[in-house]
Amino acid sequence: MQPLTNRSKIVVKKEMSLYERIYLPAIFSGMMITMSHFFKKKPTIQYPEQTRPFSAVYRGQHVLKRDDNGAERCTACGLCAVACPAEAITMVAAERKRGEEKLYREEKYAAVYEINMLRCIFCGDCEDACPKEAIFLTDRKVDSEVKRNLFTYGKDILVEGVEKDKRVDVSKRQTPEVLEFKKHKEFEHNR
Amino acid sequence: MPKVTIDGHSIEVPDGTTILQAARMIVDQPGYEGENIAPPTMCYHSKLKTSGGYCRSCIVKVSKGSEKDPRPMPKLVASCRTTVMDGMEVQNTTSPEVLEARRGVVEFLLINHPLDCPICDQAGECHLQDLGYENGGVKTRYDFSRRTFDKIDIGPYIKLHMTRCIMCFRCIKAADQLTDNRYQGMLFRGDASEISTYIEKAIDNDFSGNVIDVCPVGALTDRTFRFKSRVWFTKPMNAHRSCTKCSGKVALWEKGNEILRVTARKDKWGEPEEFICNECRFEKKHINDWVIEGPRHIDPHSVISLNHYENVLAKMKLEVGKQQKQLAGKK
Repeated sequence: MQPLTNRSKIVVKKEMSLYERIYLPAIFSGMMITMSHFFKKKPTIQYPEQTRPFSAVYRGQHVLKRDDNGAERCTACGLCAVACPAEAITMVAAERKRGEEKLYREEKYAAVYEINMLRCIFCGDCEDACPKEAIFLTDRKVDSEVKRNLFTYGKDILVEGVEKDKRVDVSKRQTPEVLEFKKHKEFEHNR
Repeated sequence: MPKVTIDGHSIEVPDGTTILQAARMIVDQPGYEGENIAPPTMCYHSKLKTSGGYCRSCIVKVSKGSEKDPRPMPKLVASCRTTVMDGMEVQNTTSPEVLEARRGVVEFLLINHPLDCPICDQAGECHLQDLGYENGGVKTRYDFSRRTFDKIDIGPYIKLHMTRCIMCFRCIKAADQLTDNRYQGMLFRGDASEISTYIEKAIDNDFSGNVIDVCPVGALTDRTFRFKSRVWFTKPMNAHRSCTKCSGKVALWEKGNEILRVTARKDKWGEPEEFICNECRFEKKHINDWVIEGPRHIDPHSVISLNHYENVLAKMKLEVGKQQKQLAGKK
């Protein structure tokens, strides 16, 4: 029969030599390989006690930012949803009522904002598309769940807290070069 | 029949045709689809009399006045207000002078326009967005604060955002010519001018809703559609119903089975084919009110074409057709 690859070996049943028949040299040489690894540097770490440092450009769970006064920056313009290649983002907009100026920055806001974390491919296009600097990807990991519907993250998970200690740091995504670039006048409406 | 040449394309047109209409006639001919010959318009509207001449975005260069007097016109002219002469030669996009001037016009139109496209319901089908994208510069040079207005309530159906207005007068002409009682007009002059209704009176005429369709920007928008959805997440469908007041032929903008918005059917120049009444526009939002004819054609350059598959199919058909032609040629 024609072999499928040229890597196949034809098995021949031949008599073993004395050295092979003793077995012990083969066992010892195998043990030596195992023992030598005791003294080498371990490639594994004790997760979750130890964690590896994240890459500076790691893209994990999203955050919806608030501005300095604690108002939500997102204005439900839909550009993230249209930029999303996985179609993971959905939103419902609503009009800000009188007295809600401290909650929402603009006249329109996202009443519902959902990201399906199972669909999301963490490409960061939503962050690029955002004209209001509202959505960022952070170095937080998306937790595992046991039910699929729990992966649809709503505003309760995505929006950061108002208090100082509950704010999510996005300085890694806002490097000095990025901030310098955003000082240009055409980005004034974002500030 | 005067003969006019625009960007190297000639056409014979009836007497009294403007350069802009002649340019549109050229594009309307078979084989000219997608040609960038017609100048952009913000204030001119073919179905509104005496419209045009305000925004200057349709300016063109007349490099040869006519057969009898071949001297070029001394300045750039507004193509919507200049009638053609026999033998006239016009440059639109082929003249760098026109492009430069048009960039200036866009900059002036945008001086007081707020950058609130993320909030504005018109975004995605806004003529000023298109104009700015195609002809505008990237940066603004304006240093001062933009003008603001007190909010004026003009009724339960129409929302007026004066900050977004570019003073094209289209809505005033529409209100003048479609309705018998004019309630709407321009107040004040120059920089301080604004669109208003007399004594903030609600416009309740049956055809007043058409000011939404003629508005090239987001200054007049549908209150029943306010913040419901971005236009590119909705699906435009042709539909009709028997209406005693208007033709009943409309475009529905659906999301799922829900009708979010009803507008007039707009042609490729963004102008309503037929004006529709307020009852059709604002009150018939149930799927059973309408007889649906089918999906509307969407311009592939429009953001609305995202998430719609019509254009993919159309493109594939074109490709297959081309390949078949090539194969037939080889044989």
